[in-house]
Amino acid sequence: MRLALLTDIHANREAFEAVLADLSQRQINRLVFLGDIVGYGPDPGWCIDQVESFVAKGAVCLRGNHDRAVGVADNILNPNARRVIDWTVNRLNARQKLFLSELPMTVRDGDTLFVHASANDPADWLYVTSESTARPSFLVCDARLIFCGHVHRNALYSCDRVGRISHLKVAAGQPMPLLQSRRWLGVIGSVGQPRDGSTLASYAILDRTRNELTFRRVGYDATTTARKSREAGLPEALAQRLMKGI
Amino acid sequence: MSVQPHPGLEINGFTLGEQLHKGGFATIWDVTHALYRTPMVMKVPTILDGYDGPTIVGFEVEQMIMPRLTGIHVPRVMGQGDFAVMPYIVTERIPGNSMFQYFKRAPRPVAEVIELAARMAEAVHDIHRQHVIHLDLKPDNFLQRPTGEMVLIDYGLSRHDQLPDLLAEEFTIPMGTFPYIAPEQYLRQRGDLRSDLYALGAMIYELATGKMPFGQPEKLSQVKQRLWRDPVPPRAIRPDIPEWLQEIILRALEVDPANRYQSAAQMIFDLAHPMQIRLTARGHKTQRDSALTVFNRWRKMRNLKAFAAPPSVAAQIERAPILLVAVDLSPEAEPLAQAIYLQIKRMLVNRPDARVACVNVIKTARLGIDPTTDDAGTNLHVARLVGLKTWAEGIDLTDDRLTYTILENTDPASAIIDHAEVTRVDHILMGARGHSSTRRFLGSVSAKVVAEAACSVTVIRLRDSGEPEAT
Repeated sequence: MRLALLTDIHANREAFEAVLADLSQRQINRLVFLGDIVGYGPDPGWCIDQVESFVAKGAVCLRGNHDRAVGVADNILNPNARRVIDWTVNRLNARQKLFLSELPMTVRDGDTLFVHASANDPADWLYVTSESTARPSFLVCDARLIFCGHVHRNALYSCDRVGRISHLKVAAGQPMPLLQSRRWLGVIGSVGQPRDGSTLASYAILDRTRNELTFRRVGYDATTTARKSREAGLPEALAQRLMKGI
Repeated sequence: MSVQPHPGLEINGFTLGEQLHKGGFATIWDVTHALYRTPMVMKVPTILDGYDGPTIVGFEVEQMIMPRLTGIHVPRVMGQGDFAVMPYIVTERIPGNSMFQYFKRAPRPVAEVIELAARMAEAVHDIHRQHVIHLDLKPDNFLQRPTGEMVLIDYGLSRHDQLPDLLAEEFTIPMGTFPYIAPEQYLRQRGDLRSDLYALGAMIYELATGKMPFGQPEKLSQVKQRLWRDPVPPRAIRPDIPEWLQEIILRALEVDPANRYQSAAQMIFDLAHPMQIRLTARGHKTQRDSALTVFNRWRKMRNLKAFAAPPSVAAQIERAPILLVAVDLSPEAEPLAQAIYLQIKRMLVNRPDARVACVNVIKTARLGIDPTTDDAGTNLHVARLVGLKTWAEGIDLTDDRLTYTILENTDPASAIIDHAEVTRVDHILMGARGHSSTRRFLGSVSAKVVAEAACSVTVIRLRDSGEPEAT
């Protein structure tokens, strides 16, 4: 059983398509979307339709803070993000909005928990960026494997038998064994807006049979996305960050 | 751990037989499984009461790394168990004792030392190619297959350089076996494959002399001394050890990794070509360094924090490849030989630690006795060797990183392919004859090498002003 974990697509059609093309060659049985289909990018409708069609075929999709913001007009997003969401709302049809509004905050699948942000209070949209911010996720549940997104950078944390949290560095493309002796928290990098200095789209493959996690990076045509973003009148900073991976 | 290993215990289809070995950190059991006919052993870590961090993490490291290694120099993994019930790793059983027994009979005859050293280095090179540094090489961790190949076991302190180092945070003291660990391991550096070459040097020293280069230190402060104190030269212990063997051993035992062999393959190359080793002061040395030299080294080393380490195992192997250059010395091939010469100089700019094996092939007749002297009565072999050295003049490689070999074969392509295989060449550089009637009748040597060699091949061809070749 091989799962592809995708998160933070952020309405980036080109990146999403590149990731789908890459995973189609890798014997994937099931897709899991960890939230934030929309926001920041110029192609929200197309991305929702794609995810929705995968969900109809058995994929799992969670709700992210940008997905939530489509239906709620509060100020918890940064100004640029809020501007794009306001733009997005006018481009979605009723079915697409309904799809976003019905997404679950967490999904438990056997020993594995999927969530968009930190698992300890999913609706607070906390970032898991360090050993100390990873700890609460391990404390609130008994899942052996936890996967989240929201941070836009890959990271892997383990919690050993005495509860010590370690941030472990794993090279992209290298299958990392998720040792049975520990619990694991994988933060999956963003498909549509990578922020670790690389412009490559991120996703991960969880091999249930071999018990391994592999972070993958995929090149895509960021120039086109940036151009579409500018043509749509979205904030210039958002187009630029795609070209720099920041 | 809720289950303790004992004879007759059944776990995940494995049935434990007798206990084969009881070590400080683990027990080894004979096991059988209804589905496997391969003889197998099970290793079960001995976890002390309460939290036994280092043993647990060491075992996790082994569970992480061993299934990723393949090939004849590594025991095949047949199963693993989790800490929830009983942690274990089942591997194929390698018959016979570890080299520990064999080392008890050191010193050994020189020919035997070389043979074993080369076999151990081959195993080490194999795991290095798979991104793993062993970091605990010692006689106990080498098993020899009945077919001769060495098998490396016990990866509890190892490092896979594309996977996280679980041990990094576990230990505040240096890890490893004191008689064999490299100076940089004392400094807690765990990312340099040359640490394994140091341990190999210490083991070859022991095989050749019957003594350990630094004795059997029990305290860390004694281990630290190897940062400045040199071992007694092997020839001072056993004068019949050839200078070239001392050169190999002491080079591997250099304090600064930058002065050692840069890959296990380079060490194997020297063990296979002893006559080509250029001797330095290391080989000639008859006694330990003077008190003043040692004092000066102590002043330099005592506060050293770290040696320069390579960015990764793969990068280090890439930096230090073995390049084979096949050169045609015939007068008509002179422009081509010149072009190859320029190309090799360019390649050395990017790979400063490369070594270059210059090869020339004497094509022998298929039948009958071959003349080894030419018409003028000169020994053909010697003449070619001189020609090859003349060609290579100006390739600026320090040390003994330039070697010359004359091969004889009825089929030059086969000669080059076989030689590249035996000496673990990473890259072959050769010329292609232009269009000629000879090639049409004999076939192209370079084409065959490109098609059949196990490594990369670069073919140099001169742009010809003549008529296009008929195909």
